[in-house]
Amino acid sequence: MNDMTDITLTINGRNYRVRVEPRRTLADTLRDECGLTGTNSGCEHGVCGSCTVLVDGDPVRACLMFAVQAQGKQIRTVEGLADGDKLHPLQQAFIDHHGLQCGFCTPGFLMLAAGVLERDPDLSDEDLLDALSSNLCRCTGYQNIIKAVRAAAAQMRANG
Amino acid sequence: MLAQVAPDDGRVIAGGQSLVPAMALRLALPAHLVDINAVAGFDRLAVEDSELAIAACVRHAAFQRPVAAGPLGKLLASVVRHIGHYPIRTRGTFCGSVANADPASEWCLVAATLGAKMIARGASGARTIDAADFFQGMMATALAADELLIETRLPLLALDTRCGFYEFSRRAGDFAIAMSLAAYRVEGGVIVDPRIGVGGVEGHPRRIAQAEAVLAGRAPGADVFRAAADAAAAAVDPIDGKTENVAYKRDVTRAAVRRALEAAEKSA
Repeated sequence: MNDMTDITLTINGRNYRVRVEPRRTLADTLRDECGLTGTNSGCEHGVCGSCTVLVDGDPVRACLMFAVQAQGKQIRTVEGLADGDKLHPLQQAFIDHHGLQCGFCTPGFLMLAAGVLERDPDLSDEDLLDALSSNLCRCTGYQNIIKAVRAAAAQMRANG
Repeated sequence: MLAQVAPDDGRVIAGGQSLVPAMALRLALPAHLVDINAVAGFDRLAVEDSELAIAACVRHAAFQRPVAAGPLGKLLASVVRHIGHYPIRTRGTFCGSVANADPASEWCLVAATLGAKMIARGASGARTIDAADFFQGMMATALAADELLIETRLPLLALDTRCGFYEFSRRAGDFAIAMSLAAYRVEGGVIVDPRIGVGGVEGHPRRIAQAEAVLAGRAPGADVFRAAADAAAAAVDPIDGKTENVAYKRDVTRAAVRRALEAAEKSA
């Protein structure tokens, strides 16, 4: 199955015309065809969450979705999080609360948190922990990530 | 289309949260994938004729808030928290889990315990398969290669049904080592219509008649729950795993059934 397919992906509001094999994952397509290397590929089988992006607002594992399945959907990656030079409250909170060390898991955590907080800004602590248990971090530890997301949630509510 | 490619190693893809990892690990090498995500009506989730009809592409995440009044909606909302993680639940589907029939699938346990009806459609028409006939072994179901599970129908539970779910796994979102679903009603102080399901232990989840027999006609309480849990532990034939042997699986089964029953009693 080496047939190539021409598709258009809408990523961070911009259209990307790419030619991919149907078996190409969204994660690989974002990185290799679209040059958006902010999305990291970790385990490549849906366990670590480092490739988490938003598809029509839902956090998804980009390694478990084929690029052809993402046509016509609104895809958001970490590259689209900041507003120009102004960091997203989540990005600022991760810096302020030491929510990252090596940074490999960070784009995935940021998109995961952005997705759940946009859906429910008043997320309960229980639901927040349930959501953040989705992704793996191997150096910072989770406490600072939880602190950062809580702080960002408060900031995002204050910003309205 | 499925009928065309099925003989040539064609597979259905809905959420892809089990199939795509299997492909990444080269455990599954399908020659063709038939993506059913865009099929009109496959996102239907509706209560009709005292059943909850769940169409082929309804995602796990749809159940995080109760989707039906009464105990069924509450039960599904508590069970769904054990399925993978949130980004898995936004893609993975209820019917996909049922068709995949992983021994540790929570939805398979729910379907087997509550007596779901599975509606399969192939080129030659549709048929309804009872849960008791549907699950046939580890990742094995009554579905033919050219049949698609288009809908699962769960019976609504009577308002006075007490139900509880308990799952033991090593990490949040990991596969169940053992899990149990308990449901019963109480009439005149004694248990009626007991249903005890066990999953993650044998090749497929199923009801454990020996445990149900212990409960029927007895007043709910710690002693009878313990006796039912012992009966379940004795009745199961656990898969001998690399990390969990048979004796351990029996022990965890006992604990899971007892805790599911305790959770059911708390729901009263």
